[in-house]
Amino acid sequence: MDSARYEAVAGAIAAPVVTKVLIAGGFGVGKTTLVAAISEVRPLRTEEVLSEVGVGVDDTAAVEHKTTTTVAMDYGRITFPSGVVLYLFGTPGQERFWFMWDELAYGALGAVVLADTRRLADCFSSVDYFERRRTPFVVAANRFDGAPEYDTETIRDALDLDPDVPVLVCDARRRESVKEILIASVTHSLTKHRMAATHR
Amino acid sequence: MTEGGDRWLDREAGPVVRPYALTRGRTRPHGATLGLIDHVAAAGPLVVDARGLGPEHRHLLHLCRTPTAVAELASEIDLPLGVVRVLLGDLMERGAVAIAGPPETGTSEETVMRSVLDGLRAL
Repeated sequence: MDSARYEAVAGAIAAPVVTKVLIAGGFGVGKTTLVAAISEVRPLRTEEVLSEVGVGVDDTAAVEHKTTTTVAMDYGRITFPSGVVLYLFGTPGQERFWFMWDELAYGALGAVVLADTRRLADCFSSVDYFERRRTPFVVAANRFDGAPEYDTETIRDALDLDPDVPVLVCDARRRESVKEILIASVTHSLTKHRMAATHR
Repeated sequence: MTEGGDRWLDREAGPVVRPYALTRGRTRPHGATLGLIDHVAAAGPLVVDARGLGPEHRHLLHLCRTPTAVAELASEIDLPLGVVRVLLGDLMERGAVAIAGPPETGTSEETVMRSVLDGLRAL
């Protein structure tokens, strides 16, 4: 009915240019810590409902009678003087929450896969996901006290990463370190973007 | 499903909720799906037909006086994303709110990336 009018109205309201980078990795690897280190606001939490009857539910189903629970995503925000707003979204850390990932990844500039060198296998699934989706990503090994200090090439081999995937070491608690990781991520995405453009 | 419903419940799961009571059971909004960082704004001085709108609708409408990202609206009123999308869909259908578009100029993907890089370096 009035959809044309909505669009006209929508076009008239200016919003900031927004974009997002995903922070992925296993449970407890420091995703929210990383977001907190650089976000201009305390990390916010948003939740989505998981329902065991999520498939095939129609508009009128009385889902309030079904068992539901929620999955949380923490995110932060950086507003740059140019007016561009960057959102950092921590992905839910487990494979069963992947139904959320496609939405999170849609329109993302790129991703940071945060790794714990004591549990490198925890980030295999994130690496797989971004490889399959062709989302540009970097791997950042979060330095934990007492964790083995592998060099980045060892981490690259262990994760079987393509040679062009940047691998870095970081301290997710430190703003400067997180800033470097994000710069590496966006630089990598920009490089990939330009390569794709020249092959078009 | 012999294990019962508790396989979802662990450290990453929040409390068990019945949020869709607020949407009268609707799990999908009318119209287009709103992205997490899409900004929604009150659509001007239109008189809103308040019939059928609950306090959550009015709270959202209030928050939308400033263009606000869908994820931030959900955080602010402390409801799950899916619920917020349905409620925003109700408001959009009445013309009370609309998706706020970015400024028209200079928003190619490369421009955005370069702008983010410049911004990060200057932090």
